[in-house]
Formats: sequence, C-alpha cells, structure tokens
Amino acid sequence: MAELTTTGADAPALDAATLRKDFPILAREVHGRPLTYLDSAASSQRPTAVLDAMREYDETTHANVHRGVYAIAEEATRRFEAARVNVGRFIGAPDPGREVVFTKNATEALNLVAHSWGRTHLGRGDVVVLTEMEHHANIVPWHMLAAERGIELRWLPIDDDGRLVLDDLDAVLDGAKLLGLTCMSNVLGTLNPVAELAAAAHAAGAVVVADACQSVPHQPTDVSALGVDFLAFSAHKMLGPTGIGVLWGREELLAELPPFLGGGEMILDVRKDGFTPNDIPWRFEAGTPPITEAVGLGAAVDYLRAVGMDAVRAHEVSLTAYAMDALTERFGDGIRIFGPAEAEDRGGVLSFAFGDVHPHDVSQILDEYGVCVRAGHHCAKPLMRRLGVNATARASFGPYNDEHDVDTLVDALDAAGRFFA
Amino acid sequence: MPGLEDLYREIILDHYRSPRNRGELESPPAVRVEGFNPLCGDEIVVTLDVEDGVLGDIKIAGTGCSISQSSASLMSAAVKGKTVEEARDLIATFKGMMSIHESTLPVGAASGDAGAEQVEAPEPEAIDIDALGELAALQGVVKFPVRIKCATLSWNTLAQGLDEAAASA
Repeated sequence: MAELTTTGADAPALDAATLRKDFPILAREVHGRPLTYLDSAASSQRPTAVLDAMREYDETTHANVHRGVYAIAEEATRRFEAARVNVGRFIGAPDPGREVVFTKNATEALNLVAHSWGRTHLGRGDVVVLTEMEHHANIVPWHMLAAERGIELRWLPIDDDGRLVLDDLDAVLDGAKLLGLTCMSNVLGTLNPVAELAAAAHAAGAVVVADACQSVPHQPTDVSALGVDFLAFSAHKMLGPTGIGVLWGREELLAELPPFLGGGEMILDVRKDGFTPNDIPWRFEAGTPPITEAVGLGAAVDYLRAVGMDAVRAHEVSLTAYAMDALTERFGDGIRIFGPAEAEDRGGVLSFAFGDVHPHDVSQILDEYGVCVRAGHHCAKPLMRRLGVNATARASFGPYNDEHDVDTLVDALDAAGRFFA
Repeated sequence: MPGLEDLYREIILDHYRSPRNRGELESPPAVRVEGFNPLCGDEIVVTLDVEDGVLGDIKIAGTGCSISQSSASLMSAAVKGKTVEEARDLIATFKGMMSIHESTLPVGAASGDAGAEQVEAPEPEAIDIDALGELAALQGVVKFPVRIKCATLSWNTLAQGLDEAAASA
C-alpha cells in the first residue's frame, strides 16, 4: 500500500464557518444578498493564502525561469520547481520533479496525451475506450485523432443511476490501446472505480488516462494506488488560479514521448538542421510557463494539505447528504437529482431537473437570490443525451460551503418554482 | 441593476406557458431547419411553408428555456402570413433591438453592441421598437447579455429557413 500523501483519517473535522473567512469573495453581496457560491465544479474560489503567495512572488521575486543567472531568476526558478514537487507529492507521484508537467489547464493536459502519446502509439483501427460520462475535454481530442488516424472509439455505458456498467468490461477493453475515464463525473458526481478499471485496462494491454479535475480538489489522491498512467487536473478547481493545469505521467511513459508544442524551454539544442528535445518534464513546457500561477497552485496545495483532504471529503459527503435530503424533503417528485442515490458514492456535485422549469430559468431566478449554480450541458453532451435532457442545473460544493448555503439554495428554488408555476 | 421583471414580462411567460404554433409541418414540402444554442444545448426546429413569396405557415418544435421558447412563439405569431420581405425586415428589426447596448436604453440611439451576432442589423436609430408590437416585450433581454442568444436562436433559424426556401424556389 502506497503511503498516503495527506493527513490521515484522524485529522480534525473541517469547520466551514472558520474556513469561509479565508475566502474574501464570500463576503461580497450580489443583488443585495450574500453571495452563495455553488459552482466550485466549474471553478473554485481562492483563499487569501493563495492570493497573497502570488502577490508576494510578483512583488519580490519575479523573473523568467530556467534562464537568468542573477539572484531573483534563480529564486523564481527554485520556487517554480518547488511548486512542481509540492503538487507531485500532493498526488503521491513517485518522482514529482520529473513526472509533473505544467500545462495551461486540464484540457491542454489531455490534448498533450492525445497528441504526443496518441500520435506515436495509435494508428488505423486501434481502439480507444471512453466512458459515457466524460467531459468534452476527454472526448474531443480523441475524436480529432479518430478523424486524422482512423482510430475507433468505444464507449463504456452508464446505468440509470449514473454508474458505469462493467458487465461487458472485458469485451469493451478487448484489443483497446487506451482507456480514458473521469475519476469523478462533473455532472453526476459519480466516483468511478478507477483502480479496478485501470487494472482491467492494463490486463488488456491498454494505457489509462484519468481526468481528475473533480476528484483531486475534493479527496485524497494517490496515483500509485489509482494505478493510472496519466492524470490530468486544473488548479482553478482546487482553490488555485486559472491559467495552469497539471499532467502527471508515469516517468517511463513520459520519458519516451515526443514533445507537444515547440519553442523555447522544451529544447536542449537547436540547429539549422533540427533540434534536440529537453528532458522531462520541460520537454512538454514550450515557452515561458505560468510561473506566478505555479506559485499560487503550490499555495493552494499547502492550504488543502493543512485543512486535510480526508476532512474535505468528509465535509463534502456530509453536505451532499444534507442537500439531497433537504431538496427531496422540500420538493419531492418535483426535483430529479441525477447520479448515485448515496452521498458516499459521489462527490459534492448535484445536477438536477426542477419540475418543468428550464435550467437557464432556474439559474436566472437563483441569481436574484445571490445563488450561483451552473445551468447547461456541462461540456458533457453525450452524457446529456444519455440522460435524455438538453441541460441540467448543477449545484456543486467546495470546502467553504455549509448547510446554510444549502438552505439558501432550497429557499431560492422554492421561489423559482412559484415564479414559473 | 436590472430586475427579473425586465426579463420575464407577462407576455413572455404567457407565450412560454402557452406556446403558439407548436409542432412540425410535413417536410417536404415544408422547409425544415434546426438551430442550436451551443452554450446550453437548447435546440429548436422551425418548419415553414413559403409559396409565392408568402410565409403561409410556420411551426416551432424543440426544447429550450422560457426566453427561447417565448421568443420563438412570439416570432411565429408575428411572421405567419407575412411576405418573405416583411419577415426579413422583422428579423432585422428584432435583431437590431437585441443588439442595442444596455447603456443606450431606452433611447437606443448610440452604437450597437452586436457582440457575437452576425446577421446584419439596421443602424440602431433606424429601429422602430413600436413596430415590433408584442415582440417589444423581449426588449429587457438585452440587459441580461447571456440570454440574448436564447432570444435570437429562433430568429437566426428562421433566417436560415428563408434562405433555404429561396435557394430551393
């Protein structure tokens, strides 16, 4: 069993009331009401510690990395690389200094895999398996590769509770070269059995790419325990800044991959007749990277580690259970919550259909009450088609949300129901 | 700060609850066009009969929010029986209203903020809001920029349908 990278299960419980004070934006009002932010699955808010770290770096240290020989350039490089190691340790990377690639976001990380791994390993007729609940970021890059190379896409279906159907897993994986799956659905909240699927995929000879955007911010992550080969996530969903994402890849796989984008930083040598690519991870980081953002991501990791990922997970399970009970109690059959029925089986993401009221209209009325929820297809149109809807409304939690936020949501939904009655 | 009453006027809610001209005409002979709002996944199907330059009948199908559905319903009632030229004028006028920037309301004399809208609209000063009749109820949508695409979805789809009808005539 790999060593856990976060505080253990005996960590103190999360006190949302205290923790909220670390997030300045939660003190503002919208339409004359306190902000009730329930869209952390789209983007989370940032604690003062993250904002301060970025500002402090910009005010005291900023220079380009891996270039200058002067003091602040060396300090900037050291802090940038320290952030890399910090993030790697947070997810249990065996070799954090070499296996963590900074990208623009998780989408770019997944495109990197499709581009560099896909173009060297996939040809006509090769099979890529995806789940029906993938985000477009883990679908479209493979569609693009399918159009270019004639690879075949196969789909792992879901049942009516929003869980993967694994009855025919071996048949679906038979002959597959790659399995792409989300650790946690951004629509259903479903937590997938990633370790089990990774083992089955490896037995079939497939490489496993996991989209961990919704799981890394909300529960302990250990890439060794998951058994995946690549893992992608974004800083801005885990209390960090926009503009930086992460691709973790197993060292031996990354080491043999060709570059993604070309330019500065990713080379050892450039001649008139060609170039020699840099070592990993810099081989995949062409151009000046998001340095301030890396510092911010490092601070976000420090913050989450201090709170404790087990505590975050326990808090969100409790809040999700409270919300499911409150919504069902108030609205009965008037609300349909998608995904698994048990809070323990899901993350803090609640997509729902509210009577006949369109999600856009739901969200518009909720906004009047200061409540921010997402309405739309959540970049998961194949899943929307499977659910038989065009769109859903989605409330999603972060560690700073509490039961009062849920109560505000329920009351605002009540108002929306009356408005369109 | 615009209020909800600017967006959800009574006429709009009425057309949302009781949409006019729902359904699909048999196609062919009717022209059938689908429109999509990539932001929210809403889709609309417009079928229209065009004969001798007159939009004899129009039906609306598909699903969407109250704004897109009521806009489609109001549109169908407004253009049914009109000549193609009149319908095109109305499309231009409606899209012009949707491109008026909030800060210029209610005068509507300054430059428009067309945003992502690509169908040519007349200069804002040329727009006669009064000529829009009930459609003017959708004026408040421009104060909620995210919803403008909801309101214009059916109109863009109709414009495409008229183009296809002209091409096949």
